[in-house]
Amino acid sequence: MTLVQGALDWLGDPANWRGLSGIQQRLVEHLAITGAVILVAALIALPLGILVGHTRRGRGTVVALTSGVRSIPTLGLLTILALNLGIGLTAPVLALIVLAIPPLLAGAYAGIESVSVDAVDASRGIGMTEWQLVRAVEVPLALPVIVGGLRSATLQVVATATLAAYVADAGLGRFLFSGLKQRQYSEMLGGAILVATLALVLETALALMQRVLTTVPPDTGRP
Amino acid sequence: MNWLSQNTDLVFDLTLTHLRLSIPPILLSLVLAIAIGYLAHRQRFARGPVLTLTGLLYAVPSLPLFIMIPVVFGTPLRSGSTMIIALTIYGVALLVRSAADAFGSVDRSVHETANAVGFSPWARFWRVELPLAGPVLLAGLRVVAVSTVSLVTVGAVIGIQSLGTLFTDGFQRGIQAEIFTGVILTILVGYLLDTACVWTGRLLMPWTRPRPRTNSRAPLHVPADVAGGAR
Repeated sequence: MTLVQGALDWLGDPANWRGLSGIQQRLVEHLAITGAVILVAALIALPLGILVGHTRRGRGTVVALTSGVRSIPTLGLLTILALNLGIGLTAPVLALIVLAIPPLLAGAYAGIESVSVDAVDASRGIGMTEWQLVRAVEVPLALPVIVGGLRSATLQVVATATLAAYVADAGLGRFLFSGLKQRQYSEMLGGAILVATLALVLETALALMQRVLTTVPPDTGRP
Repeated sequence: MNWLSQNTDLVFDLTLTHLRLSIPPILLSLVLAIAIGYLAHRQRFARGPVLTLTGLLYAVPSLPLFIMIPVVFGTPLRSGSTMIIALTIYGVALLVRSAADAFGSVDRSVHETANAVGFSPWARFWRVELPLAGPVLLAGLRVVAVSTVSLVTVGAVIGIQSLGTLFTDGFQRGIQAEIFTGVILTILVGYLLDTACVWTGRLLMPWTRPRPRTNSRAPLHVPADVAGGAR
């Protein structure tokens, strides 16, 4: 248990929290990268997924893409991009966007597809335009599944952003790699605990959000 | 592919090592997930806590998990056992929900019929419940197989040899072909083990063999919650 004690001492030392490569800075970097990547990936994937779910066209392509990307090793994608784009944030951010798109896309199309045909027919029956149907019926009803996709994507990005510290000087993953290099197991373990905690906090928050959306149907705005 | 032709021995060795690290966690997680999933299905009070715990375990990213395993299990950091334990935990986390749902989907009346014709609980499990839960378990196992093969590569950054070594080595020495070789072989090994799962499933569950015009498209379905895959 001295290993754990070492890690806790490392985490408890205020000196490790300050400065440009301190825990605080690395945590902000990690969160900023995660947030930015999810935002960009959502802007690409959600409209596309909603379109696929609404028109029911291109479903096969989405499924193939999703399982295709899943089989690509993330470290391979990171290193190949870093080799071509140089050390820095561009390569990992690009890799993270590529990895975040499939779960978001899958959540969006599966969510829209799961909306009952009756609700869709009824909405058309009362004279809604296709746009109104998507905005006021399909998207609100699909929201829990869409958030499920967001949850997978966020976990994927938080995890891979850790690995990204192998090719870029950013994020909480730095502590794992610098600890490994200098044989400082307490720093390594402390960093691992930080990443795991961050992932668990985000997972719990998104799971709660999903649950709230599932149990309380959002107000769809009576037409 | 000049690099590949000069390094076939290395690539072959790393592929074998990769298989040695991938296959045990896949099999172990299947066995453990069946046991835990069945328990969660039978004992109502256990279901919630077990599923929550495994869900949280799955949320822990792989690299920190590799680093935390030695503290809990006392294995050396750069060892195959650390990798196998970590990936077994992942596999179990992924599969337990499938297993609990699979056992839950077995019709109550089938259960009662098995009791009525005199099956002991043990025989009922092996000859009725497990076979009926099989197809759902198999679908989960295929996801585990592909994601395990992919996750093994992550170990390379802390010095556990696998096809992932081609990524770290290729990156440090600036050899693109080496990284590409690693990516392609990892995908191939994943495909190989996935196919092995499918064929084993058909062998053990002959009634699920695709017949003309019946649900040959079924295995394509990707639930949104597992679409994230390997981390």
